[in-house]
Amino acid sequence: MKSTCYHCGDECGSTTIRFDEKTFCCNGCKAVFEIFSSNDLSCYYDLQQSPGAIPREVEGKYDFLDNTSITEKLLEFDDGKTQIINLYIPHIHCSSCIWVLENLNKLNPAAISSQVNFGKKTVRISFSSDRISLKELVLQLSGIGYEPYISLEDYSTGSKKISRDIIYKLGVAGFAFGNVMFLSFPEYFEVNEYWLEQYKHLFRWLMFAFSVPTVFYSGKDYFISAYKGLRSGLLNIDVPIALGISVLFIRSTAEIIFDLGSGFFDSLTGLIFFLLLGRFFQQKTYAFLSFERDYRSYFPIAITKIDPDKKEESIQVYDIKQGDRLLIRNEELIPVDGILINGNALVDYSFVTGESNPVQKSSGEKLFAGGKQLSGVIEMEALKSVEQSYLTQLWSNDVFSKDKTSRFQTLTDSISKRFTIAVLAIAAIASLYWMFADPSKVLNVFTAVLIIACPCAIALASPFTLGNLLRILGKKKFYLKNASVIEQLAKVDTIIFDKTGTITTNNTANILYEGNPLSEEEAVLLKSTLRASNHPLSRQLYELLAEYDIRTLDDYKEYVGKGLEAHAGSHKIKVGSAAFVEQSSNSGSDNTAVHISADDHYKGQFIFHNEYRQGLPELFNSLDREYELAILSGDNEGEKAYLQQMLPVNTSFHFNRKPDGKLEDIKSLQQQDKTVMMIGDGLNDAGALAQSDVGVAISEDVNVFSPACDAILDASKFRFLPDYIKASKKAIGIIKWSFLLSLIYNITGLYFAVTGQLQPVIAAILMPLSSISIVVFTTLATNMICRKMK
Amino acid sequence: MSVIYVLLTISVIVAIIFFAAFIFSVRSGQYDDAYTPSVRMLFEDELVKDKENKTIKASQEKQS
Repeated sequence: MKSTCYHCGDECGSTTIRFDEKTFCCNGCKAVFEIFSSNDLSCYYDLQQSPGAIPREVEGKYDFLDNTSITEKLLEFDDGKTQIINLYIPHIHCSSCIWVLENLNKLNPAAISSQVNFGKKTVRISFSSDRISLKELVLQLSGIGYEPYISLEDYSTGSKKISRDIIYKLGVAGFAFGNVMFLSFPEYFEVNEYWLEQYKHLFRWLMFAFSVPTVFYSGKDYFISAYKGLRSGLLNIDVPIALGISVLFIRSTAEIIFDLGSGFFDSLTGLIFFLLLGRFFQQKTYAFLSFERDYRSYFPIAITKIDPDKKEESIQVYDIKQGDRLLIRNEELIPVDGILINGNALVDYSFVTGESNPVQKSSGEKLFAGGKQLSGVIEMEALKSVEQSYLTQLWSNDVFSKDKTSRFQTLTDSISKRFTIAVLAIAAIASLYWMFADPSKVLNVFTAVLIIACPCAIALASPFTLGNLLRILGKKKFYLKNASVIEQLAKVDTIIFDKTGTITTNNTANILYEGNPLSEEEAVLLKSTLRASNHPLSRQLYELLAEYDIRTLDDYKEYVGKGLEAHAGSHKIKVGSAAFVEQSSNSGSDNTAVHISADDHYKGQFIFHNEYRQGLPELFNSLDREYELAILSGDNEGEKAYLQQMLPVNTSFHFNRKPDGKLEDIKSLQQQDKTVMMIGDGLNDAGALAQSDVGVAISEDVNVFSPACDAILDASKFRFLPDYIKASKKAIGIIKWSFLLSLIYNITGLYFAVTGQLQPVIAAILMPLSSISIVVFTTLATNMICRKMK
Repeated sequence: MSVIYVLLTISVIVAIIFFAAFIFSVRSGQYDDAYTPSVRMLFEDELVKDKENKTIKASQEKQS
């Protein structure tokens, strides 16, 4: 019978622990349950089934929190008695999490209050510092399975400011729009009664008063953007908008000063309100994701340094100097390049390369920054400082400081250029005509054309289409940085994939056995030998041999970096590298392999093939028709033949690429006028992702890890990528149709303007009508194209 | 007819009060996290129930 853990929901396997009529997968989970049930917090399990996480071993990991110069930078507030800290906790995922974290006070009265921000996965805790230290608080959180994630990034940025600018602007514009509409009602219905005649000046000046902050505060971005565009010789969409806004405002003000009419204050405020609404809608951000991450998000804040007199001390990683002796504990990240002095290093470079199999290192060998130590405590000597390490140096490349969006022209900008020229031409021709027909109307017509041609609908088409698609894709777990990424996505003609971690999965390897078959007895012996080893390859092989029994071993030895040796009865088995099991002939494969010999006879090898993602050949085949495809890998060519057979013939392969080599490869493709999409996962792809036109990071767990990029794709949705690209292309089509639609409105309006009969009420009807119909059209159309998408 | 002045003044004042309330709510961070409060709202019951149980237990203990 299989049972799942009451706390974390994992399968319990063979070591089920029973407690209080519930099953637990490990002692950690049981301990958390005991803490909760003894503190009246068992509601935790009622809100959501098995919501917990296994508490991890954190012994010594947070010692740096004793160092006040470090905690000072992390704390948001500190008055000596009360301290406030905002902690990022990746495990926050359900209502139970919110509930238990906000009831932290029950668990420990020293935590005065706590507030969760679910979207950002953070918890803000105020606690009395004389009763509990920050370190104790963090340890307590880790103890209940909510381990905070504290990285170097928290240290350097301090508290971030949230921009609420757009909400204020939208509020002001909406407020003014509503009130101006309300005040213009009498004039809409042309109530010619005595009282209106008497009070209309008051009404008009009130409208003026409401418009002033709308134009000069809410609308100021359009003026700034138009000015910037003009200065760099670009007629962007904000130029006709700014022109429209200023003409509306000046003409309306002139009208009420000289008592010519009531002006267009309603259209003016409405225009700004709708434009800002579009901007607000487009500005969908995923609070829990970050698209700007660099190595700082993964590196620890502090590390243990060993002084010459053997004293251990926590120091800030930026303070690491060449020659420092560092202590790296189990599961800790190596922050700088260095040389291993002491201990067995088993380094997981998956953060850096995406390669999931850890690398064994023995003392004297070089360690690179970014790897994670997996087997116990090691000592190393720093060779470089943090910024100068091999991996971190990549960030000094200037692609990281360039702003990507300024590199290309959006669809809206390219159409607005023609549009602006056309509008100015029409205005000039119409004025010229009226100059002869009726000179008194010239100014009226000229301004009317500029007002009615204000491309509100055009400006709205793209934000609403792209904003809506952004939201839909976000629900499908394809998270885009901003709306302009969709436009770029539609233009892509070359797609480059990283190999390890991108088209392969990190979870399981495909293990094949080559050689003489193992007898039942040998297999049992092999399994029993593997059982004692903690090496990840041993663990994977052990799982593979699940069906066999276990026998007791008489003797067992583990040779670090080489392999295992065991005796049982008269039999002897050796497991490990080719050299260790005395296998001289090389199989010629560059793949990771574990060799076996029994009773000094070579038996064969287990080869660890990468496990490719589900649907990979289909994905490549469907993309092959329209795109140029390539694989760009930092690995050796071991898998080349296999990949060539699996993927379309036109796919090109590039192996042994260093991080900056990948960047250069992309650059040279772009110089051939290709629009390149790079799909990668590790920090070693960061340069290529930044250089490419669209950089997509694949991530098994979107909350935890992804390098700086334009989009983050959940690994489970990898095979739907062609659908997403297709959707972005269709979205561009929708935008073009909406341009056509809004042009029809503009032409209708222009008819009234050119013939000199533009009434405020016509403008007031036409403007919101065109905007709303564009919003409705784009929203419905995008929903429709996405309906079929999985 | 000067009642229109009074009415206009009142309507503008009411509008401004609401506007000020909006500004205040944005400043206090109410728009920063639009999801958690919707979940938190449902918890109040749980907490109250929990406390009630506690007080019942406590009173029972006192009685005995």
